[in-house]
Amino acid sequence: MSDEKPKPPKQPSVAGDVGALLTGLKTTLSEAFRPPVTTMYPEDKTPRSERYRGRHYLRRYDNGLERCIGCELCAAACPVGCILVIAAENTDENRVSPGERYAKTYEINMLRCIFCGYCEDACPVQAIVLGPEYELSDTSREKFIYTKEKLLEPLPPDVEARLHGHAPLPDPLPGGEREKA
Amino acid sequence: MSQIYNDPIGHWVVVVVAMTLLLFVVLTATAYTVWFERVALGRIQRRPGPNRVGPFGLMQLAADGIKLAFKESFVPAKTDKIIYVLAPTIGVAAAFLAWSVIPIGLWYNVQYWIADVNVGILVIFAVSSLNVYAIVLGGYASNNKYSLLGGLRSAAQLVSYEMALGLSLVPTFMIAGSLRLRDIVEYTVSWGPYHGPIPLILLTPIGFVIYLISATAETNRTPFDLPEAEQELIGGFLTEYSGLKFTMYYLAEYLNVITVSALATLLFFGGWYLWIIPPIFAFLIKVILFLFLYIWLRGTFPRLRYDMLMRLGWKVLLPLAMANVIVTATILVAVQG
Repeated sequence: MSDEKPKPPKQPSVAGDVGALLTGLKTTLSEAFRPPVTTMYPEDKTPRSERYRGRHYLRRYDNGLERCIGCELCAAACPVGCILVIAAENTDENRVSPGERYAKTYEINMLRCIFCGYCEDACPVQAIVLGPEYELSDTSREKFIYTKEKLLEPLPPDVEARLHGHAPLPDPLPGGEREKA
Repeated sequence: MSQIYNDPIGHWVVVVVAMTLLLFVVLTATAYTVWFERVALGRIQRRPGPNRVGPFGLMQLAADGIKLAFKESFVPAKTDKIIYVLAPTIGVAAAFLAWSVIPIGLWYNVQYWIADVNVGILVIFAVSSLNVYAIVLGGYASNNKYSLLGGLRSAAQLVSYEMALGLSLVPTFMIAGSLRLRDIVEYTVSWGPYHGPIPLILLTPIGFVIYLISATAETNRTPFDLPEAEQELIGGFLTEYSGLKFTMYYLAEYLNVITVSALATLLFFGGWYLWIIPPIFAFLIKVILFLFLYIWLRGTFPRLRYDMLMRLGWKVLLPLAMANVIVTATILVAVQG
């Protein structure tokens, strides 16, 4: 706290007002000669966060088996109900995933998805991850139903690095609560 | 040249050719004014402005024009249909009519004009006042409260500022001794060794400032764009207009901006005389600088509040313009005897 008195408001004067207008004009003109800050979007893109949540991917193990075990926890965790999982039993002749069951159908309705990433958090085998792509626009509603074939596309290398790398995802729940839940 | 003007048929041929030329040139100029404004405003806001269509975005206006032309020409229910369609037409017609008396120096001793009226500037005032009909009638016919409010605001604004605008030019006429635009541009002085035309702003600087402010208000440009006032009135009188009728209002607005820039050049900055630069280029340079000034003002100042607008018009500009007339008259009498 200082004892300084607040300055009395300036007396309005024509010279002061005109000066203020000219200062404004000077400011805008000097800004006009500085380079634009616009990112030329389709050509240049702004950097995304390492943990950016874009479109989904289903992962495979290194030996080619699918990670998804058809447990439907992602569908249960999804706040908008955009995930449909129909599981089927693995057999010795047709082994799709290492567990008992696998996802026969795995569909995500991208029109409904809010990209919250709860499915990724819920998955016990880290089968589903959200990748970096955000340019998802398309020309018909049907094309927004991402089927298992589309979701099983190989992950971009930077997401792979993130999943295996030095920056593990933080646990959404403390250890004890995860057991209870 | 003058023989052609004296021949009745030749005169008409010249006028028709000149009008066709004018339509083409002025419409193109309007299109590029819009482009220029968008780029300049963008730079002021540190954006690049339109840069996708054609080199430097120069074809943007073609794209916009095609888009607007192919839009549905929608007329809302319960509008006064005849007036609704007529209003934008009045705006464009008035904006074009002003160009009938504006002379342009093309080359040394070669000038262009459609009508060399000896009260040219009065004609411009007369037709530019018609613009208020376009806005008020458009606002009234739209059957929309925002349109009506915008139209009424505009009526009050245009009527208020027309007085100051007219009076701001009176000293110019008194000095030049003529209302013919060509005579004002050609106004010649002999100051010591210098003998030739001078920009009249040297003699009526206050008149120029008043003209600049009033002309901005007359063309409904920021910071005086209260008839449109997007934030308060949606789009004012433009709210219910779309497609080609909207385009006409838009065209009229930018035509008027070019007109007042050209007038400022002719009345205050010596028209097509600029040192040794060829007249047409001198004229263009001056007009473009004025256009930039208007864009610069738009990029800088926020919109005035309505009561401030009225106070500025009636309590500041009008008395100032009157004092300017009286002082100039006194000095003229003292100097010329």
